[in-house]
Amino acid sequence: MNIFDLQDKYKEREFSVVEIVSDYLKRIKEVDNRIKAFVTVDELGAIERAKELDKVDRIDFDKMPLYGVPIAIKDNFSTKDLKTTASAKILEDYRPVFDSTVVERLKKAGAVILGKTNMDAWAHGSSTETSDFFTTRNPWDLSRLPGGSSGGSAAAVAAKMCMASIGSETAGSIRQPASWCGVVGTKPTYGRVSRYGVVAMASSTDSPGPITNNIIDSTLILRVIAGKDNHDSTCSALEVEDYMKGLEDGVEGMKIGVIKEYFLEDMNEEIKEKVKKAIEVFEKAGAQIVEVELMDPKYAVAVYTIVQRSEVSSNLARYDGVRYGKGRKYFGSEAKRRIMIGTHVLSSGYYDQYYLKAQKVRRLIIDDFRRVFEKVDLLLAPTTPCCALKVGSTADQPMFGEMMDILVEASSLAGLPGISMNCGFSKEGLPIGLQIMADQFEEDKCLQAGKFYENERNIVSLEPDL
Amino acid sequence: MKLTKEEVKHIAKLAELDLTDKEIDKYQQELSEILEYVKILDEVDTKNVKPISQVTGFSNIVRADEVGKSFTNKEALKNAKRTKDGYFEVEQVI
Repeated sequence: MNIFDLQDKYKEREFSVVEIVSDYLKRIKEVDNRIKAFVTVDELGAIERAKELDKVDRIDFDKMPLYGVPIAIKDNFSTKDLKTTASAKILEDYRPVFDSTVVERLKKAGAVILGKTNMDAWAHGSSTETSDFFTTRNPWDLSRLPGGSSGGSAAAVAAKMCMASIGSETAGSIRQPASWCGVVGTKPTYGRVSRYGVVAMASSTDSPGPITNNIIDSTLILRVIAGKDNHDSTCSALEVEDYMKGLEDGVEGMKIGVIKEYFLEDMNEEIKEKVKKAIEVFEKAGAQIVEVELMDPKYAVAVYTIVQRSEVSSNLARYDGVRYGKGRKYFGSEAKRRIMIGTHVLSSGYYDQYYLKAQKVRRLIIDDFRRVFEKVDLLLAPTTPCCALKVGSTADQPMFGEMMDILVEASSLAGLPGISMNCGFSKEGLPIGLQIMADQFEEDKCLQAGKFYENERNIVSLEPDL
Repeated sequence: MKLTKEEVKHIAKLAELDLTDKEIDKYQQELSEILEYVKILDEVDTKNVKPISQVTGFSNIVRADEVGKSFTNKEALKNAKRTKDGYFEVEQVI
């Protein structure tokens, strides 16, 4: 069921919003004690909002395109009067007095917020295991991780505890958990969606985006949350396109690049095989597939490591225990490690060697993509080098996140949009992700290709057995 | 290039973090590992390349200088744990 199907039922008055929202809340009660996707469930707030929506006489879906859609929000998005922790001890009891722009727009569009989802603390990580509270489990295999940092959001969608969720990506934090949980994760161009009210991580790459069960839902939600915001001056004033237009136009005649370097030598063979099969589906439909070369992704990992830690050390400097939150001794070990690396590479005597060098290589990465996008419309690649790993995998692995995100870090550093969607399962029954990347502000092309693949891929069921 | 214990302590001081001796040992190892990894950037020729930090190329974005809605004192303090005379109240800092 996608958002349109749900709204058809509302139109026919087949269900009330209260009934649908209650169903989802019931589902949360049934399965979340095993999955642990939610940090906060706002039962009262959700029901109250649903009642309000049920009172609307004539539903105007143009004004409220997300009318009655039960949604979960990653816990780094400020929600007015609702606890916002970023899964960090320091913010354990922080209740903002304002909504982030994304949340404000969702509410205005008629969405019902069910609760806030778990994440790696401060969004530092790719496992949701470094949450200061608890580890979220992968709905496909409860002994495994959901990925991260938006792991709670991806797991909640996969386990059908919400219709859709919001995540944020700095480099992989939407696409990687979407891949591991078998759902659709859409990371927009940097600056397409406002960062206002999002607990800042790496300000030069942070990008909020939807995690959904299908492309239509991603399309509808992105259209609501994207667009200029006076509260975030890095947010683009470019008009937001009507992504629905052209969504069903297919891929015939498109030129699609396949990145040679992204089929890593030591990568899981099943992933290579499934992604190659997916690429054949595009080719059969008349897309022209060309092999392209990009800089070895290991350099992007190094650039990202330096740039992200630098921005983290600066962004987390505000947590001094004075204005809000607890003092700095409450930082977890991952946050401390990142703050210290950032502090070191920005400090006197090391700035040129590390930070400036990284920002130079970053320019080369951007130029590299620019060169490729002169020749192709889209790029296809695996999202992750392996399928969901076992709980406990991040212990004593200071570079864990970077290795999991090796295939998404370059495009994040370049601010590009990308979608990860399921393209099959491993023998162990774990989801495998295909990622579709486009040039800046070409979300429409990603969604169009994603919709094509969703229509054509031959996947029996995307329902984990819970 | 391994960081010395003294260097780790210096970094922690700059970042306002109190570390235990055990943590100093742990971070000495881990930070050194990370710095070792990023050294691969030396393989990339960046002669005549200008650094970048803003990827969409926007600059000097300004908004109209108009008075907008802002929080009332009451709204701003609504969720504060401790307030006094219309202010946030915190522990003594200095």
